[in-house]
Amino acid sequence: MTEKKIRVLVAKPGLDGHDRGAKVVARALRDAGMEVIYTGLRQTPEMIAEAALQEDVDVVGLSVLSGAHMALAPRIMELLRVNGQTHVKVFIGGIIPDEDMHRLIEMGVAGVFGPGASTEDIIRDVQIAVAG
Amino acid sequence: MTNSKAILNGDRLALARLLTNVENNTAEGRAALIELFPHTGKAHLIGVTGAPGTGKSSLVNQLALHYRKTEDRRVAILAVDPSSPFTGGAVLGDRVRMRDLSGDPNVFIRSMATRGSLGGLAQATANMVQVFDAAGFEIVIIETVGAGQSEVDIARLAHTTLVVEAPGLGDDIQAIKAGILEIADILVVNKADRPGVENTEKALKSMLELAHPAERVFKHHGTYMSVSVPKDNANTNMWIPPIQRTISTEGTGIAELADAIAKHSEYLRQTGDWSLRERIRLEVELEALIRESLLNRFREDVPQKTYEEVLEKVIQRDVSPWEAAKILLNGRLK
Repeated sequence: MTEKKIRVLVAKPGLDGHDRGAKVVARALRDAGMEVIYTGLRQTPEMIAEAALQEDVDVVGLSVLSGAHMALAPRIMELLRVNGQTHVKVFIGGIIPDEDMHRLIEMGVAGVFGPGASTEDIIRDVQIAVAG
Repeated sequence: MTNSKAILNGDRLALARLLTNVENNTAEGRAALIELFPHTGKAHLIGVTGAPGTGKSSLVNQLALHYRKTEDRRVAILAVDPSSPFTGGAVLGDRVRMRDLSGDPNVFIRSMATRGSLGGLAQATANMVQVFDAAGFEIVIIETVGAGQSEVDIARLAHTTLVVEAPGLGDDIQAIKAGILEIADILVVNKADRPGVENTEKALKSMLELAHPAERVFKHHGTYMSVSVPKDNANTNMWIPPIQRTISTEGTGIAELADAIAKHSEYLRQTGDWSLRERIRLEVELEALIRESLLNRFREDVPQKTYEEVLEKVIQRDVSPWEAAKILLNGRLK
């Protein structure tokens, strides 16, 4: 049997056009041996859930700098659940105020990363979440 | 309901899960392949290969859209991208170009990394394609970079192989590395609105001329005679790859490309080439599986220690490799 790779979907939902952070994270995860399906900008929650299903990912990483995370995250998690992908771990990176961070974790988000988060921390948290 | 039944019923999650199992060569994957095999052999496999930057992914996007809108055929796309040889990871970005296809339940896009395997890639790809075939996707497009031997092997999987070129990428003939041009059934010059498109087409035409000369000159009873080979594919048993110009960002030339693909499919069926290729492909697969099975059996029968001892004799020049192989296969030391 071939060694199982961690497959991560990296997506930017909504209208936020700043993708440098998402690309940095995508490359860092690749350098940690993961397979990153990078879907780019202006993804709707439906497109993200569809890609997550077709690609049978272990992790969905959302990059949101527009402040729309409280509208987008619940919708995406609901779609993942409806599609039978409850095992998928969702991470969010971007501009997230502290109060929202707690609410997202309560909602079931596996981790939230603000600006300045280190790629080492992100990689480690993803690996732990997938193993657990 | 077993995995296979679910897939035959159109369950997309089961399909996605099985693709993972098949890619990882798990026991569950192998069992499902056996169950699904009788349902394969219906899909038209189209390979799309070419150097990076030629616009393959947007071309695949447009082609899939065409098949959906004009012919209402179910399309699966397998996009293969290279893994980093150092880290084993990969960024698979082909989906970025295929947003037009989202939300359509009759399209399934799956990204796959090469994972640095030396020969397993072609087999894994072939197996994943079989799953799509059994699941009822009438068109399966396999997109690869076409830089190495394993990608050439994948291209051999397809009934119809498109090699994509684009003008102004440096050399006039970028993708014309050994083996790539020879596997092309259709040559596509994408980004045809760019300057240099005539040069690219000319370069491709002259490469084709070398392989398929328009005129053959030979000696017959002491006199030189020349015979013209027909320039198009009508009334001939030979397929000469046509050159199609496309602008994938605009959708220009796509209908004509689909037409050329249909003509090639027709040619394959008429000449019996379709069934011959199927036969060769399945034979190659069968042989590979037998070889793997025999090797595994050998490893179980002959202890590692024995193997090392014989190998040492070879290294010391006491025994030649050919004699060593005989000794090991007879299961005893001399």
